[in-house]
Order: sequence, then C-alpha cells, then structure tokens
Amino acid sequence: MLIRKPADLRYSDVTPRQLYVNRRRFLAAGSAALGAWTLPTPAKAAGVKIANVVKSNYKVDEKMNSYEDATTYNNYYEFGTDKAEPARNANTLKPSPWQIVVGGLVNKPKTFDLDAIMKLAPLEERVYRHRCVEAWSIVVPWIGYSLANLLKQVDPKSNAKYVAFETLFDRKQMPLWGRAGIELPYVEGLRLDEAMHPLTLLSVGLYGEMLPNQNGAPVRLVVPWKYGFKGIKSIVKITLTDELPPTTWHATNAREYGFYSNVNPTVDHPRWSQGTERRLGELFKRKTLMFNGYTDQVASLYTGLDLKKFY
Amino acid sequence: MKKILFSPWTKRALFVLCLVPTLFLLWRGFTGNLSANPVEFIEHSTGDWSLRFLLITLSVTPLRKIFDQPLLTRFRRMLGLFAFFYVCVHLLMYLTFDQMFDPMAIYADVVKRPYITVGTAGLLMMLPLAVTSTAAMVRRLGPKRWQWLHRLVYFCTLAGVIHYYWLVKSDIREPAMYGGIWALLMLFRVRMWTQKGSATKSRPTPVALKT
Repeated sequence: MLIRKPADLRYSDVTPRQLYVNRRRFLAAGSAALGAWTLPTPAKAAGVKIANVVKSNYKVDEKMNSYEDATTYNNYYEFGTDKAEPARNANTLKPSPWQIVVGGLVNKPKTFDLDAIMKLAPLEERVYRHRCVEAWSIVVPWIGYSLANLLKQVDPKSNAKYVAFETLFDRKQMPLWGRAGIELPYVEGLRLDEAMHPLTLLSVGLYGEMLPNQNGAPVRLVVPWKYGFKGIKSIVKITLTDELPPTTWHATNAREYGFYSNVNPTVDHPRWSQGTERRLGELFKRKTLMFNGYTDQVASLYTGLDLKKFY
Repeated sequence: MKKILFSPWTKRALFVLCLVPTLFLLWRGFTGNLSANPVEFIEHSTGDWSLRFLLITLSVTPLRKIFDQPLLTRFRRMLGLFAFFYVCVHLLMYLTFDQMFDPMAIYADVVKRPYITVGTAGLLMMLPLAVTSTAAMVRRLGPKRWQWLHRLVYFCTLAGVIHYYWLVKSDIREPAMYGGIWALLMLFRVRMWTQKGSATKSRPTPVALKT
C-alpha cells in the first residue's frame, strides 16, 4: 500500500520520445479519472522542447528520477511552502519576456534577454545529483551551460570576488509571497571561483524541455555539490562584488544555513542529520556523499578552509 | 439532541469518520498519489492527524460545558485513542524508513535533535493514557487519580505542537495555529478551575460514562 509505483519508463536515449510523452498522458488521464476531487492536476509542463541539445560528459551513472518527481515535488516558497504547491500555483509566473541584468564589478555590463541566454553557448544535457538540505535527493537531466560562459562575456574586473544572484520578486506574479516566511526577493551568492567552475550550470531546461515554472523558469542556477537552495530560481539579476553577498537562508537562520552550504555528511544541520538522504522514489535512506559525490572536481576549491566553520 | 448523542449509531459513525484520514492515505497509496516522497507524505499526514485528534479530544470538555451536553464525554476516549493510533503509525514510519530500526541511530536522533526529543516525550506520555483508557482501569485507579493522570494529555498536545514548530523551516502558520488552539483550550480550563475554586461544592465532573 505504501509502495509508490516506480517509474517504469524513464527519459533516456533509448526511450522514444513519443512513448515517453504518452506515458505521462496515460498517467495524467488515469489520475484525473480516479481522483479529480483530491489531487489538483499538477501544472502542465512548459512542454516546449529545446532543440540542438548536445550530450555532456557531466553525467552521473545513476538511475534518473522521473519527470513527475522533478516537477511535482519542489521548494519554491514564493508559490507556497508545501512541496506540491509550486506545481499548482506557479502558473502565475510569466517566464517570457525575460531579462537578466548583469553588472557590478565588470568591464562590460550587459542585459541579456531570454533569446540571448539561449544562444550564448551550446546547450548541454547534464545529469546531476541534486541534494536538498532537507535530506532528500533527486537525479535530474538539466539543460544549460557553464555559468562561466556568461560571466566571461561581461568580463569581471580583477577586484570582483563574489557573484550575487537575485530571483524575480513580483507580488502580482507571486500572490502567495506573504506566506513564504523568508525575506524576498530571494538572493543567493557564490565565490567567483565557484561561479566560474565548469560544474556550475546556468540551466534553462530539464528532460529535453524548457524549465517548468515550478522549477525556476526560465533561467536558474544548478550547483550540484551544494545544497539545493543555492540553486537560485528565476534569475533576474547577477551582480559581481568584492563583498560577501547576502543569501536568503543565511539571513533567515544563520546558525542553520551558511554561505557555502556545501553538501557535507559530517556537518549536521542543527535540527537533523545530513549523514543520510532519501532519494526520491526510494523508501529507505542512503548515505550522503561528500560534496554530493563531486569531491574530485571541487575539493580543491576549499583547500585550507575549515568546512565545519564555513558550512 | 440527547437521543442522537446516546445512539450507538452516532458512535459508530464517528468511528468511521475518524478512519477517513487512513482510508484517504490507503486510497492515495493505491492510486500512486502519495507524492514523490511517500514516506514523508505519510509521516506528515499521520503527524498532522494525531495532533488534530489530540486537540479535538481536548475540546470535548469545553464543548460539553458550553453547550451543557454531558453525553459528549461518550466520544472522548475514542477520539483520544485515534490520536494514539495516528501517532503510532507516525512512529512506525519513522522507525522503519527513516532509521531502519537502527537503535544507535534512533538514540542519537532522540538525544541530539530537540524536535525528536520533544516528539518522543509527547508520544511516551500518551502511552499510559492509552493503557488506562478502559473502564476497568478507571475503576482500578479511582476517578480522582485517573483524572490527574489523564491531565498528561495537555502536555502531550503541547509537545506535539512544539515538535511541529521546531521542524518547519520558515512557514510557521500551521504549528502556530495549533498552538493557538491549544492555548485557547487551556485558557478555558484555567477559567473553569478558578471559577470552581471560588464557588462552593460544584458538581463533580464526570470522568467516564458507561457506554
């Protein structure tokens, strides 16, 4: 009774697109017929397929989660604090037209519209592990490119040390904003070397499609070795600075959420263990990996840094 | 009204009503609607319902007084036992899927995590209440002692509220709402006790009615 039917067909090279789509339609039709009165139908995926995506070598050798997992279980507090709420409520977000203002300590400040973002660099599909600070995890095929591509275009000045990011904050598009319990707009930040790291992804899509609103349409950050909340959604502003930028969860509760927030099984959240996690679709917990399994790529960023102090 | 409250059918209907959250979970389980994280979904749902049933149980006495319907007490035990039932499922989910019955991990969690500590305390306090819920136990303990013991339920409920409050990340509306209801129900009792203290020889409160 408790066992959720595992996703028998997953998005992959070998699954014909048509089959994959039909499975979802079949499930949607089935659940609509069975339970229209209990479960509001999840918001429809943006559904716009992205063309010319190249496969990337950044691909974990693990079973991918289903599209449903990735798009119906979200943290996007501007659209409600329950995991199921963003999928229901984020339809008020208008991801187009969209602009990202990039400035601060750069030689060539620039405003990118969505079209420019999509064409700035070849779009890659990267399959990353994603570990939430709440001790659940998911494997998602993101579409995007290294953030470094964008940063190089604005030419950071030599005194730039950090990159600050800001999410859209529009009370009209986010009518539930008052319930979030966090200060808005949502802001995040990275050290410049973290932001320039090839793993740091500026993402515009998942599972071959444009990002659904609840996943942070139209442009979001994915930093796979950090807790999920570092992956700021629906970005409107990127600013290079020489000072440590404020970050929303740190401002909400500094003891519980640090600036770095690297996935670290040896540093517990004050209220719960970070030693294990539940992969969505699994019942039992598994061990959490240091840097979420990306130690080889990113550990050198933190040599000499006390990770217990700079959590 | 008395007739309705006294009817065995009312009690049976209430029993079925109290099972609705369980049936709901089972139905969602069969139709694959337990979200991407079914364990968490069931844990949250049973936790919510345990707390709700505790608050409903705590409102029996105030309702009985306000509407002068002593027969309402007939349903109190069942409501309390449903709170216990939902907290047991809640605990079983935690022990099985979160901790895989690893005694060291459970011990570490209980001593290290305040929200687990207070939740465990609340749950352990419910145990003697469930055990002494039968009419025979009321007789064995004597109504006075039984009533004193069962005042533990105030603290069980408060523990549940704090457990929830310490778990949420930022949106405290729900635990705050439950805390507010708890405070109101306690305020009613404090007023009841202080008034009783000033009045001489009030009618003794019925502990349990024969059903």
